[in-house]
Amino acid sequence: MTIVNAVVQGIFLGAFYAVLACGLSIMFGVMRIINLAHGDIAVLGAYVVFVIVQGTGMSPFVAFIVALPVMIVFGYALQLTILERSLKSGILTPLLATFGLSIVIQNLLLIRFSPDVRSLGGEAGAFTTSSWQVTSGLSVSAFGIVILVVAVAVFGALQLFLSRTRAGWAMRATAEDADAAELVGINSRGVYARATALAVAIAALGGLFLAIRSVFDPLSGPTQLIFAFEAVVIGGMGRLWGTLLGGLALGVAQTVGAQINPEYSALTGHLLFLAVLIVRYGGGRVSFRVAR
Amino acid sequence: MTLLRVEDLDCRYGLLQAVRGVTFEVAQGETVALIGANGAGKSTLLRAIAGAHRPQGGRVLIDAADVTSMRAHRRVSLGIALVPEGRRLFPSLTVEENLRVAAARRGRWNVQSVLEVFPLLQARRHMAAANLSGGEQQAVAIGRALMSNPRLLLLDEVSLGLAPIVVDAVYRSLAGIINEGTTVLLVEQDLTRALKVAGRVICMLEGRIVLEGDAASVDRDQVVSAYFGLKRPA
Amino acid sequence: MRVQRWTRTSKLFTSATVAIAVLLATVPLVFDPVVVQRLTNLLILVLLAAMWNALAGYGGLLSVGQQAFIGIGAYGTVFFAGLGVSPYPAMVLATLVAGVISVPISFLALRLRAAQFAIGMWVIAEAISILVRLDQNLGAGTGISLIQLNQYAPNFRQAYTFWLALAFTFIFLSALFFLLRSPLGVSLQAIRDDEDAARSLGVRVASRKRLLFVLAGFGCGAAGVLIGANTLFIEPGSMFSVQWSAFMIFMVLVGGLGTFEGPILGAILLFWIQTTFTQGGPWYLVGLGATAALFALALPRGIWGTIEERLGLRLLPVGYRVVEMKGEERTA
Repeated sequence: MTIVNAVVQGIFLGAFYAVLACGLSIMFGVMRIINLAHGDIAVLGAYVVFVIVQGTGMSPFVAFIVALPVMIVFGYALQLTILERSLKSGILTPLLATFGLSIVIQNLLLIRFSPDVRSLGGEAGAFTTSSWQVTSGLSVSAFGIVILVVAVAVFGALQLFLSRTRAGWAMRATAEDADAAELVGINSRGVYARATALAVAIAALGGLFLAIRSVFDPLSGPTQLIFAFEAVVIGGMGRLWGTLLGGLALGVAQTVGAQINPEYSALTGHLLFLAVLIVRYGGGRVSFRVAR
Repeated sequence: MTLLRVEDLDCRYGLLQAVRGVTFEVAQGETVALIGANGAGKSTLLRAIAGAHRPQGGRVLIDAADVTSMRAHRRVSLGIALVPEGRRLFPSLTVEENLRVAAARRGRWNVQSVLEVFPLLQARRHMAAANLSGGEQQAVAIGRALMSNPRLLLLDEVSLGLAPIVVDAVYRSLAGIINEGTTVLLVEQDLTRALKVAGRVICMLEGRIVLEGDAASVDRDQVVSAYFGLKRPA
Repeated sequence: MRVQRWTRTSKLFTSATVAIAVLLATVPLVFDPVVVQRLTNLLILVLLAAMWNALAGYGGLLSVGQQAFIGIGAYGTVFFAGLGVSPYPAMVLATLVAGVISVPISFLALRLRAAQFAIGMWVIAEAISILVRLDQNLGAGTGISLIQLNQYAPNFRQAYTFWLALAFTFIFLSALFFLLRSPLGVSLQAIRDDEDAARSLGVRVASRKRLLFVLAGFGCGAAGVLIGANTLFIEPGSMFSVQWSAFMIFMVLVGGLGTFEGPILGAILLFWIQTTFTQGGPWYLVGLGATAALFALALPRGIWGTIEERLGLRLLPVGYRVVEMKGEERTA
């Protein structure tokens, strides 16, 4: 039974990784940028919620609703200042600029909040720690279900946005051919800004989940980035639903690895990632595809 | 009255000068053909007028207003639409989505009327653009530009890569559009077609205008010499 | 017209460089161990910057995971010293191991382009650090000391480490220098400008990149060995820390990506910042990150690159100059 339990826990963990990875996937799909500060932005989101909770005493979920506009504004600002400029230069520039940004965010958080590890699990309410004992070897946590449902909802909403709305078509058009998009009246700068704001908002959601299900500190960002990136790569770069599946696969790999030895969990994830690289990237090219 | 005026335009790609000091006008309702050999600068010129290429010098004026620094997507709302070389449809979007994603302006053109002009597309309405034939893609590309009800329609090599019979069909549809009074500036490699469809012809060579005149009265030999840059005997 | 490789300035400077190296060798005889340790750190920074630049500046390979080799170097030393090998020979062995390991890693990592390569290297570094953490003999998660170094008196230990650092830095910089002057160097420039075009001309892109990758693996391994020797305590958290990548990126970006002298300048700058702002803590890192980002966006050629471009100056003869002979006419 323990393997089944591990897989189930892995799916819940994977749903969390999928949410973290979603924003990274959007930015790569639309702009071909890998935002190396993505994990730190998720952690930043967690801290914004934390501050609101500390200040007002409201539930983290409600606080998130308040934090969302803040993060969205941050996303727009990020795009219009740093990312837009870096798009015009070479391929390396966005990586270097976002890496620098990552260091800045981590250390500003460190200065403001100290290295103390924090959590919002307590404030989130009893249900986030409750679980059902389905059988003797299998327990299902309530919060795990919540994250899974939210993850599927987020990806589903994105799918609908991209396939059914004009703004979504505009985003896909700009991703496929920004030059031609401009020629038919699509404001590509606006599309990019919207994509970044969306990515940052969903990253903040990932940060909220991180804060509730686990702990966070100013330097947690890079770990989240690596897991998010692994999820994206495992699922196939530029594929929307692939990112969800990649996240689930990563989660399961980690929990199964933990069954063998608790210290192996991250390692099995890394090995799965590297294995996918060996098998898939035999020098192949990468393109952006959205499931129809 | 003048719809488009290009003044002393200079366009460069890095160190390569593609358009040198080009000046000309297009009056409302005119159909002008831009001809010239490959590399003469015709596509660059069209792109500069549409806003996709930033000129290094000179001006582009629409209705006497300077739009030189205006970005492409905003020129669409002024009524300039470019059908780019190579069609450049959005591959994963359907025919209908390609049409509807384009910015719309009020006018006689909408999805329905575009599909009436290109009836072959009716059946392909929900097919991804990547799966269309060359001729169908060209139709969608023109239709997509029409969605913004342009006052100035720019067409870049619509016959490129298409079988002659398909090109005939495309030009038949174009004739209808031209008859409705849309101002058209088109780049066309096929000299005969260009002279047949246009009222005026401009020939470019190495970035400069070397010949300009009425399509009906221009001397064919003159055009050929200008096209290839042959010097006239002293 | 004549193609010239050595200008008068570059001849002067190259001889000066050799003289400087000889002069530096006398440092441990003149200064006390604390200063020697600091200068060893400077040499380590120079080595790291040069190697990262070899990858990114000359190979177009942006790696955020070179700390993998730093860790391999440091822990390789621990491993061999634990087997009973004398510390300094152990260090040389560990460097060789780092270089050798970089070969199979290259077959995996070089399949990736741009961002995937960057983070892929980071994941590899993380994976290796986990493997180290699991090994009790290597001190596991808590860390270990190179106690075998205690057999030397502090002055001697610091001196030997410094000389090793000087030797490594000189060797790797020279290797890079001669690499860039060789026909290989020109093909590298071609790869950087347009990889596909270079490939179609017959440039063996993959093997060129692999060469740079292995060189950088060697060099970063050497740096890791020195870092381990220069600190009292070796732990996976600091040896495999992505902060090393942050330092490398800062030095090369600010100094001058793709130039030979730039990284050295960047290293000297970082060294100065580190010694002046030790009390800064996170603030100085904020400054580093912000500066690196700023340079990436606004001054991509770095300080030296911009100087080089404006003045046409080149101190070390890595490139070619076309010189007009007297009496020749200028053709367009």
